Amino acid sequence: MIFAIVRTALTALRRDRGALALSFILPVAFFTIFAVIFGGRRDTTPKISVIVVDEDHSRASQQLVKGLKEESLSVKTRPATKRGVDQPEYTATTAEAAVKAGAAPVALIIPRGFGENPIAFGGGSQRSTIQLLKDSSDMVAPQIINGLLQKVAMTAMPDVMAAQGSKYMDEYAGGFTPEQRKRIEQGLEELRKRERSEDSNTQTRQSSNGGMPISVSARDVVGENKNNPMVSFYAAAIGVMFLLFTASSAGGSLLDEAESGTLDRVLSSQVNMGTLLAGKLCYCSLLAFSQLILMFVWAWLVFKLDFIAHLPGFFIMGLSTAFSVAAFGMLLASTCRTRAQLGPLSTLVILIMSSVGGSMFPRFLMPEAMQKAGLLTINAWAIDGFTKVFWRDEPVTHLWPQVLVLLVAGALFFVIARRLARRWEYS
Amino acid sequence: MASAPMVPAPISVLPLRIQALAKRFGELTAVDGITVELHSGECLGLLGPNGAGKSTLIRSIVGRVIPDSGKVLVFGAPADSAGARIALGWVPQDLALYPRLTCRENLEAFGQYHGLRGSVLTTSVAWCLEWAGLADRAEDAVASFSGGMKRRLNMAAGLIHRPKVILMDEPTVGVDPQSRNRIFEMIEKLRDQGISMIYTTHYMEEAERLCDRIAIIDHGRIIALGAKEELVHNAFASRSEVIARFGNSDGSVLAWVKERGGLFDNGMARFTIEHAAEIGGLLDAAAKAGHELVDVSLRKPNLESVFLHWTGRELRD
Repeated sequence: MIFAIVRTALTALRRDRGALALSFILPVAFFTIFAVIFGGRRDTTPKISVIVVDEDHSRASQQLVKGLKEESLSVKTRPATKRGVDQPEYTATTAEAAVKAGAAPVALIIPRGFGENPIAFGGGSQRSTIQLLKDSSDMVAPQIINGLLQKVAMTAMPDVMAAQGSKYMDEYAGGFTPEQRKRIEQGLEELRKRERSEDSNTQTRQSSNGGMPISVSARDVVGENKNNPMVSFYAAAIGVMFLLFTASSAGGSLLDEAESGTLDRVLSSQVNMGTLLAGKLCYCSLLAFSQLILMFVWAWLVFKLDFIAHLPGFFIMGLSTAFSVAAFGMLLASTCRTRAQLGPLSTLVILIMSSVGGSMFPRFLMPEAMQKAGLLTINAWAIDGFTKVFWRDEPVTHLWPQVLVLLVAGALFFVIARRLARRWEYS
Repeated sequence: MASAPMVPAPISVLPLRIQALAKRFGELTAVDGITVELHSGECLGLLGPNGAGKSTLIRSIVGRVIPDSGKVLVFGAPADSAGARIALGWVPQDLALYPRLTCRENLEAFGQYHGLRGSVLTTSVAWCLEWAGLADRAEDAVASFSGGMKRRLNMAAGLIHRPKVILMDEPTVGVDPQSRNRIFEMIEKLRDQGISMIYTTHYMEEAERLCDRIAIIDHGRIIALGAKEELVHNAFASRSEVIARFGNSDGSVLAWVKERGGLFDNGMARFTIEHAAEIGGLLDAAAKAGHELVDVSLRKPNLESVFLHWTGRELRD
């Protein structure tokens, strides 16, 4: 008896391709995506980008920059070349602008005079302070950079450390005898030679120990006045994902109407397929935009998101996103033959798009290859646009790449959906 | 229903003219060169079993199926023209309604799809509600309606733009006898208003009651066309039908029925006779052949008999 029940259920499952896909393809697809995101493959482990501005150009600052470059960081001292032309090195101003624009989550400004008092024990008043400019939406990168900075100070600058130690001896222990000073100078010279020599490798430096911190002054340059750093991100990220579900469900009304025969009746009136699809697109767009309004108003009322000040940007991004998402919903619906097909297909596609596109996990924390793959999704472009508006406070004119991509993609989805819908026009 | 003699109309003003229409779906020929005309104020019945091609023919007329060949003219205009769309009203076999909308909202939606606005739409919705007997349920969601009510609304939605030619595709499918009678009354009201109509059905009684002329369709072809009396006369002249049931129906019975010029279908043998006295001869012959007759009846041929006569099968096979 139980065997018969199991056999019946298995036969039904085997014939339900949607359920099969949800049962077996989706879990594997999700596992693969998240395994790649979280560095399951060593060669794609992400490197944190940091912009370094060396205003001092001293031996100590150069040692520090060199040390940072040898860590697992992507150290940028100048913007990427444009049309084959090298760009000038970052300055404090351009580095801050670059962090604001999202080129890197952190910038370090090594100030003039750093080489004179690069490090201090116990917070000496004379030491130089490195500025750490950060994007507060990335809560991980600044912490890592700060830690690595301290490590590099101790491992990449042994001579500076020793010199500073002797200064403390002079100051607090009454100084060295001439003989001791001579030996210290010899030792320091030896350290400098070793530092200059090529065989002074990271392994050796890492074996040094100590606890001398570099003075770092951290400052949020993006989101400094925000009440909750991740609210705008998640309002957009979660919003877009659910918009996709809503749009595919709303687009699915086309399938309901085809199955019930209502579509035939509508098309036998003065309404043609083009008009019908355009009407459905308007409806889905309106629905999606209303959802976004609700989402952001909720974030404004409950999580103090600065919604009112960003209304123009919200409208531009909201309408572009709603249009693109609605057209995608129409495309999904017109790809399917029945409503039963649409359910599993849309779940599969939307969840994969959302995970790769950053709706579930911020893209800036993903490996570079995954970040690039994310650009094939509506989610990524929409989230980037909303982040520009609500997080980076960028002017609406800066939204053109996101708006253009969303509108062009939406138009393309609609054209394909219209093409696929021809099968409903006549038999 | 007795057929009124139709006054021939000039071809150009015929409400509907179908010429050599053919439609194939792969290997299946659904409509096989049908030619038929609908006269003004006429109700033309398309009578045939399921799969005979009735719905494909109707869908070709309303432009939902592109025929492989042939022509459909509505008041002289091609069926896919805007004028034809306005003139045609289609009541599909499916319940093509929005279940979550109310009765009135459905009618308003379909009215707007047909280009109705303002007071014209309001008047038309009111007429449809009245005609379908749904005025008191106008504000109720369609999902809560009984099958019969949905059928009536389905019909009303096809008439919302007040078309001159109405195509009804089996409007009584799946309804109880009481609702069916109500639907007949609705159709008779339309007939009284002189509206031209094509009515498809596989129920002989419906065709007899509602239609002026009947086209019997099988395998995509019209096998007989005319008023009921004409159809019967053409098939049987003045002969009557004898229906006989045998105690067994083995091969020898089948052979004997065939030898006597009868048809054997669905456990019954059918013979035609000119005079009632011929029944005695039939009974004697059966007895001599050793076939036990369980039941014998004599009746006037009807459309069912006509269909069987031309196809060798029963209408509801």
